Amino acid sequence: MNTPGEAAGATTTHRKQPNYYLIWVFLGVLTLAEIGVAFLSAIPKQVLIIILVALAVWKALLVAMYYMHLKFEPRKLWWIAAAPLPLAVILIIIVMMERW
Amino acid sequence: MSTAAAATLDRAGSGFGVYNMKLGMWVFLLSEVMFFTGLIGAYIILRFANPDQFAQPGVVLNVPLTALNTFILICSSVTMVKAFAEIEQGNQKGLRMYLLATVILGMIFLGIQAVEYTVLTHEGFVPMSSSYDALGRDGTPPVEGGPLYGATFYTMTGFHGTHVTIGVLCMMFTTFQAFRGRYTAESHGGVEIMGLYWHFVDLVWIILFTIVYLI
Repeated sequence: MNTPGEAAGATTTHRKQPNYYLIWVFLGVLTLAEIGVAFLSAIPKQVLIIILVALAVWKALLVAMYYMHLKFEPRKLWWIAAAPLPLAVILIIIVMMERW
Repeated sequence: MSTAAAATLDRAGSGFGVYNMKLGMWVFLLSEVMFFTGLIGAYIILRFANPDQFAQPGVVLNVPLTALNTFILICSSVTMVKAFAEIEQGNQKGLRMYLLATVILGMIFLGIQAVEYTVLTHEGFVPMSSSYDALGRDGTPPVEGGPLYGATFYTMTGFHGTHVTIGVLCMMFTTFQAFRGRYTAESHGGVEIMGLYWHFVDLVWIILFTIVYLI
């Protein structure tokens, strides 16, 4: 017997599946790039931090969009998913203001 | 309320175009975003306020080993999403195989993290110590430091490891259910919800790896 959630999950979606292995390769390459960049002493620390955070956000977005299928979800769910991000930014800014 | 009635209510849904359990998992994950943001925020302020207590990347922490572990977790995300893709097509064998692979990869991740903790502890890098004198890597001399580095490191990676452990246990249950033939092409909400949690754990590690190990 199915639980309600599983029954509700019954809706078979016929969306085209993304190429999961290609995204996996991207994630691997980005990880290697991160490690390479992290140990480049020629880059100023501030620039290094920006590059590393950008690469991490890129990887996180790939996981959220394609592996968590956010890209294929209704737009309303996007709003839900994005809801904590401004709060997270505010929290980080307030924390950093404590220092400067 | 009968299961059928509950299912009907659930399908009637949340108004967000997804079934209620899936919406519930998303809302839970969003609370988790705030949880980890709190930890990361605390790490940032402590690190910038006390730079003398934190070592440069790769001096105390073993970046190559952790990079390998990061890749293992990424691999586990692929196997998880492939498990979901297989059951969407009704392939029971594929579902079981990929779920099992995900469990194994998750356990390998935890095993490597345990090894990392053990080695770091032996090197003197422990939490809650007023100072540490880690041996350093690549022939570098011992690193002097304060308690904040170890405290923040073990707190952040420890909480993440706890999440992975919970994920592995839940994944074992999901795999067990898959072997019992619980999921079908028409009914696989449990696999999808498990996958959402697992990918989120991977996503958090991607951020933590950068912030804790590389910056």
